[in-house]
Amino acid sequence: MVGPLLALSGVSKSFGAVTALDDVRLELFAGEAHALVGENGAGKSTLVKILSGAHAADAGTITIDGRPVVFRGPADAQAAGIAVIYQEPTLFPDLSVAENIFIGRQPLRSLGRIDHAAMRRRCVDLFHRLGVQIDPDRPARGLSIADQQLVEIAKALSFDARILIMDEPTAALSGVEVDRLFAVVRSLRENGSAILFISHRFDEVFALCQRVTIMRDGRWVSTDPAADLTVATVVRRMVGRDVSSLYPKTATTVGPPRLRVRHLSLAGSFDDVTFDVHGGQIVALAGLVGAGRSEVCRAIFGIDRYDSGEVLVDGQPLPRGDTAAAISAGLALVPEDRRQQGLVLDLSVARNTTLPRRWSLARFGLLFSAAETADARAWTRRLQVKAARLADPVHTLSGGNQQKVVLAKWLSTKPKVLIVDEPTRGIDVATKAEVHRLLAELASQGVAVLMVSSELPEVLGMADRILVMHEGRLVADIPRERADDEAVMLAATGQGGSG
Amino acid sequence: MTAVQERATSTAGRSAATRLADRVFLVRELGILVALALLVVGTALANPRFLSAQSVRDILLGSTILAIMAVGQAIVIITRNVDLSVGSVLGLSAFATGSVFVASPDLPIPVVLVLGTLLGAACGAVNGGLIAGTRVPALVVTLGTLYVFRGLDYVWAGPRQINAADMPPSFLRMGTAVVLGIPVLTLYAIAVALAAGYYMRSYRSGREMYAIGSDPAAARLAGIAVGRRVFAAFVASGALAGLAGVLYAARFGTLDANAGRNIELEVVAAVVIGGVAIFGGSGSVYGAALGALLLTTIGHALPSLGINPFWQRAAVGGLILAAIGLDRALAARVHRRLRRTKRSAAREGLSNG
Repeated sequence: MVGPLLALSGVSKSFGAVTALDDVRLELFAGEAHALVGENGAGKSTLVKILSGAHAADAGTITIDGRPVVFRGPADAQAAGIAVIYQEPTLFPDLSVAENIFIGRQPLRSLGRIDHAAMRRRCVDLFHRLGVQIDPDRPARGLSIADQQLVEIAKALSFDARILIMDEPTAALSGVEVDRLFAVVRSLRENGSAILFISHRFDEVFALCQRVTIMRDGRWVSTDPAADLTVATVVRRMVGRDVSSLYPKTATTVGPPRLRVRHLSLAGSFDDVTFDVHGGQIVALAGLVGAGRSEVCRAIFGIDRYDSGEVLVDGQPLPRGDTAAAISAGLALVPEDRRQQGLVLDLSVARNTTLPRRWSLARFGLLFSAAETADARAWTRRLQVKAARLADPVHTLSGGNQQKVVLAKWLSTKPKVLIVDEPTRGIDVATKAEVHRLLAELASQGVAVLMVSSELPEVLGMADRILVMHEGRLVADIPRERADDEAVMLAATGQGGSG
Repeated sequence: MTAVQERATSTAGRSAATRLADRVFLVRELGILVALALLVVGTALANPRFLSAQSVRDILLGSTILAIMAVGQAIVIITRNVDLSVGSVLGLSAFATGSVFVASPDLPIPVVLVLGTLLGAACGAVNGGLIAGTRVPALVVTLGTLYVFRGLDYVWAGPRQINAADMPPSFLRMGTAVVLGIPVLTLYAIAVALAAGYYMRSYRSGREMYAIGSDPAAARLAGIAVGRRVFAAFVASGALAGLAGVLYAARFGTLDANAGRNIELEVVAAVVIGGVAIFGGSGSVYGAALGALLLTTIGHALPSLGINPFWQRAAVGGLILAAIGLDRALAARVHRRLRRTKRSAAREGLSNG
């Protein structure tokens, strides 16, 4: 039997105190499409970065054709025949499409000058092979996500890469584009390339791949032929525990409506959105990416001004576009992008925790660190934040612990209404369960929770009511008893009736 | 099938919009030329002496040193960095030129040009080494070396002054010589701009500098040697400031430790007015050189229109704000278009999925 084209064994990687990968193994054979599946935070992206040379492994070996290799940087990995298509396209917006494909490898003519005509020609050839029409001379800025993804694929093709790694390449593609991409992948595979395919869409995994490797919490779980697996088996191994323990939803008594949203509209984002959230309730706002869910939350909290409508907290109308008024009325928002919007990354854990209450903690306008530290210690302990020291900058923490700091920061303001946008994105399973427990606990204390989430299990597991948005409109209001994947997905794709 | 057709039409619509944007970007360089032409014609109508051969020569000569430094600065800014130390490097190189001639007056001029350029390149290597090695922002590093290099100049020169009498007449003649109505120094600047512009467009390393400025993280993932390219950009900027120092000595003939003080912000202004994006990735060295010419022309036009020199500074400030305003307007336009295409792509994904 022929040995593997690429083999990893015993690969480990830590970032500070956080172990991202622990003793991971993987074998890729020529001519196979191999799926890598796991939850967010299972270590898939870290593994990709090690294979692409962007990170160095702390331990373990990588062999290609049986020979050990060491990647000192992305250039080494490219030279070894590895091409990576990242989840987020990594194009240069100011350069032309053709240059993006050939950067660093442009065809040359005499005196080492770039042969622009040849580069353009080869770019057109690549697009012809892919069956797409993109102008090679236009700048990459302004390309749709799908077109950007296609440019990345053309780039990988131009390498004649023997190993192609695709990190969720289909997330932004339409059905036709996915079919076209799969045709390209199959032809590459038939020509003897190995493909590592990372995806959350199980139908694609089973349609394209011969073998499936499952990872959980930074560890290798299993590798099996796809034919021997079912979706249920894969999910059980990914989650590694009974799914119901992940969603510790407790029955609560529903109080009076605390947050009332009336006919809220913002041109181009959402239109005539009306709903109530009662105390003691968790209401999920579901829908596809771009349906306008985050925009509604931002408008309620006063970050963006809405065109018309009204927001009331405990019967009192909120002035529009005024976050300070929203906070003092008892609203709290845990934003979608915690690194950009939820935290001041260079400030300490303690400072981040006490940030919204720096005035109430101050004496005579001065903030004494003793008061701040004591307060921060109480809150971080309550949320079980794992930090070496409170004085450490918050960016040294893992994603899950960062999210807990954001939660601690807002819970400490004792909100009446808590809005959480994708509260568990990119955090590990254990922390996820803790965040869920916390949300349930808050609801049982009478807080009204509005949760935006793209993870269907989370929505179904945690919410008392599910509001579904589609293209800026509220299209369904589904109570917990009647909620299932099908009802939510149909409404989210604009095919369901109103609930 | 309908989805494919929809895609085709939306792609066509988008590329038409892009072509328009391309034209606006192109117009950025044409725009400077138009502004320059309007300024020259307007001033000449009000004061015909403005277009005399002598006056034109003065403007060209006056913009030479600024233009050479702007070319170097543009290369640095394209990589999303900035070099504030260029004025001090010019000062060092100018005083070194004078000192070399005091020590050995018979040295051939090309040797001195090379020496000055090498001295500047060494200063640039210090900047580039610190920035690439420590990843401290260029703004901070070059603010530091601005004072360090100027301090070295003060220590070296002390209260001394080198005068025209200390330098060979052939060298000083180069500072005022004219070929076909164009000052020789200006020919240097044109040669520098053409060579740098050709390099930035036609060589892999030049394109990689644009890539770095466009998205530094993506550049690392693409395997570009980011540190090495940024280092090279600073060496180029330093070398051109060094060359400018030698030309400064030839043109003015009187040198002390203050040569080129405060010129660095004027250089950055010329680059920004010339359409190089302050956050890197786009623009050209030609634009930067034209920006230097425009700045100098304003400086000459306002006095001949009888306008208070105070307004000259205000006009430069207004131009910078206009250039940055145009940048923002373009970025906002592209952003809006992106949002639109995202929404339509999401809808399309649904209809297929």
